[in-house]
Amino acid sequence: MPGTGVRMKIGLFVPCYIDAFYPKTGIATLELLEKLGQDVEYPLDQTCCGQPMANSGCNKDAAAAEALFVKNFAKYDAIVMPSGSCAHHVKDNFDAIPQTDEVRHVRKNTYELVEFLHDVLKVDAFPWAEFPHKVGLHNSCGTLRALRTASMSELGEPFFSKPMDLLTKVRGISFATPRRPDECCGFGGTFSVTEEAVSAKMGVDKVRDHHDAGAEYIVSADTSCMMHQQGCAERAGVPIRFIHIAEILNGARA
Amino acid sequence: MKVKPVNHARAAEAFIKDTPHLTFHDERLWDLRQKRDQQMHELPEWQELRTLASQIKEHTLANLPEYLEQFEANAKKNGIHVHWAADGAEHNRIVGEILEKHGAKSLIKSKSMVTEECNMREYLEPRGVVVTETDLGERIQQLDNQMPSHIVVPAVHKLTPDVAKLFAEHYHTDPNDDDPQSLAWSQRLAARPVILAADAGMTGGNFVVAETGSFVVCTNEGNADLSATVPGLHIATLGIERLVPRMADLGVFVRMLSRSALGSPITQYTTHFRGPQDGSEMHVVLVDNGRSHRLGMEDFWTSLKCIRCGACMNTCPVYRRSGGLSYGAVYSGPIGAIIDPTFNERKYSTLPFASTMNGSCTNVCPVRINIHDQLYKWRRVLAEHHELPFVKREVMNMAGRLLGQPKLYRAAISGTETALGVLPRFALYNWLNPWGKNRELPHPVKQTFHSWYKQNRLKTKKKGEDA
Repeated sequence: MPGTGVRMKIGLFVPCYIDAFYPKTGIATLELLEKLGQDVEYPLDQTCCGQPMANSGCNKDAAAAEALFVKNFAKYDAIVMPSGSCAHHVKDNFDAIPQTDEVRHVRKNTYELVEFLHDVLKVDAFPWAEFPHKVGLHNSCGTLRALRTASMSELGEPFFSKPMDLLTKVRGISFATPRRPDECCGFGGTFSVTEEAVSAKMGVDKVRDHHDAGAEYIVSADTSCMMHQQGCAERAGVPIRFIHIAEILNGARA
Repeated sequence: MKVKPVNHARAAEAFIKDTPHLTFHDERLWDLRQKRDQQMHELPEWQELRTLASQIKEHTLANLPEYLEQFEANAKKNGIHVHWAADGAEHNRIVGEILEKHGAKSLIKSKSMVTEECNMREYLEPRGVVVTETDLGERIQQLDNQMPSHIVVPAVHKLTPDVAKLFAEHYHTDPNDDDPQSLAWSQRLAARPVILAADAGMTGGNFVVAETGSFVVCTNEGNADLSATVPGLHIATLGIERLVPRMADLGVFVRMLSRSALGSPITQYTTHFRGPQDGSEMHVVLVDNGRSHRLGMEDFWTSLKCIRCGACMNTCPVYRRSGGLSYGAVYSGPIGAIIDPTFNERKYSTLPFASTMNGSCTNVCPVRINIHDQLYKWRRVLAEHHELPFVKREVMNMAGRLLGQPKLYRAAISGTETALGVLPRFALYNWLNPWGKNRELPHPVKQTFHSWYKQNRLKTKKKGEDA
């Protein structure tokens, strides 16, 4: 088994939009963690981490979802999710409910999938993975500037990229570099509807940037960004495909 | 009377429809961000400078009364007249009185965001004072009767043909000659006689130094120097948060200001004003206008550290695609979105939502203002103060209740009929409708992850347990 050989009891959180629209991403995450020898459970009563309400300022309305999240996940060693923005919410902003020991445990042990694979399991190989395509990596703002899974261009810090570290272990993969790699794609949660015009313009600019750089696929640890980008690409006729990093690491070929 | 909130989204939509302007705006400001990055790479101590700048500003703000008094005493020793203005109205009255005392009818001025805050031109002009902006971009905005759209490059949302048309109207130049050189020349020809004949000059101030009683003005056009020195009367409008304790502190700030703003090592002119020239008078007006109030706001006081470089605007993907005027406020972009609500919560209640909270603004800020965290905090404050639109409030309230109840939630997403029973149709559909204007919806799938898991893991697990 590649990695440290640590075996943990993991609670898998599959955000609402992945559950409903991108089940393949949830399946890939589960299978990948299983392949890596983890004991994974998906609590059936899960719904949402509370982020949409909290980000809209309606923090009190996030309380029920947050309480349910804790109820579902408090018993696990680690809570893993294929979504940077949800992980960011749980770790950094999850305060609509009293901060009990249970809540603190959940917040401390919540991981976005890439950081879990990279930092906790320290996976050093994905022998089953091969992706013979040129991809553009999209780091969501949550993973880039909050979870810090990659270096940020604004700070001029030495280059590092946890998702890139993982992807370079995949056979046959190559990378396209867009002109503005760190630029937000414009999803922004409810921003995507309340500021529709700006959001969609940012989205189409983002997918064109990747397409112009030669990417066949945009790959990301955040499905929400890609759901938005895919919508923009399809409407504008930009021929580019989208895939979650979990699917590539789990061995998807296309 | 209830003020209407600024409709940023609608103004931005109009801005986006004009492709040539939008493209230029986005590329021009992105270019400034790139140049800023290059300058940062040339200074290995950049992050250390940011920390120092932040610390100096926080220290100064924490001891503001003492430093202000120190400045006042030293400035008076230098022969400067010092005035205090609690708000915009008092500022305007003071300036009006100084001008009246000198019989001054024409005022030339360099760019100052504080005078924009105070609506000074609107106050002085009906009182018979002709105010002429001498910064090129600011003058363009004045002629067009618009607010500055950016705090450093006020007319960046315009293209040269727009300026050619505007100059043709006011300066009777060729409307088809949009060559930047000749436009600059037209402005020079129009401005010089006004400058030479002006009765009074006005500047802002980028930095105010307590220990010397002096202030510093940074420009690229030299217009502030002309405004200050040609007439015999110089009035400087200074926000009270512009203070730094020592001259040595400028070694930090002057190094960062233009690098952050335009990606140039320093502005063409960095002028220290220490006192009046022989035979002339110098006045400074120290303006509060809500700053003391902001200083008392636990979550938002650090916005007073701002040195008005505009780096947050240049990097902001929303600002670049919506234009500064869409914010409907003196201060636009990310810094505007956290400052403006302190002036009027209702009017600017939409601005903290004109952001994806991507955090790039915080990273480029030379004084380390946690801009995107403050945007997030403002959203909470505005929700608590009932400044959110009704539909958004309702949708969030419904969503919050639904997401707290797994059974109801499952029922809601498993079939549209059930969903319609649970979610009042009008709110959900009207509110989510904009998604499809310029975007396709996600493709429907046969099975949710939830039901896949039940089928493929729970059943097999059970079988395994049975065996």
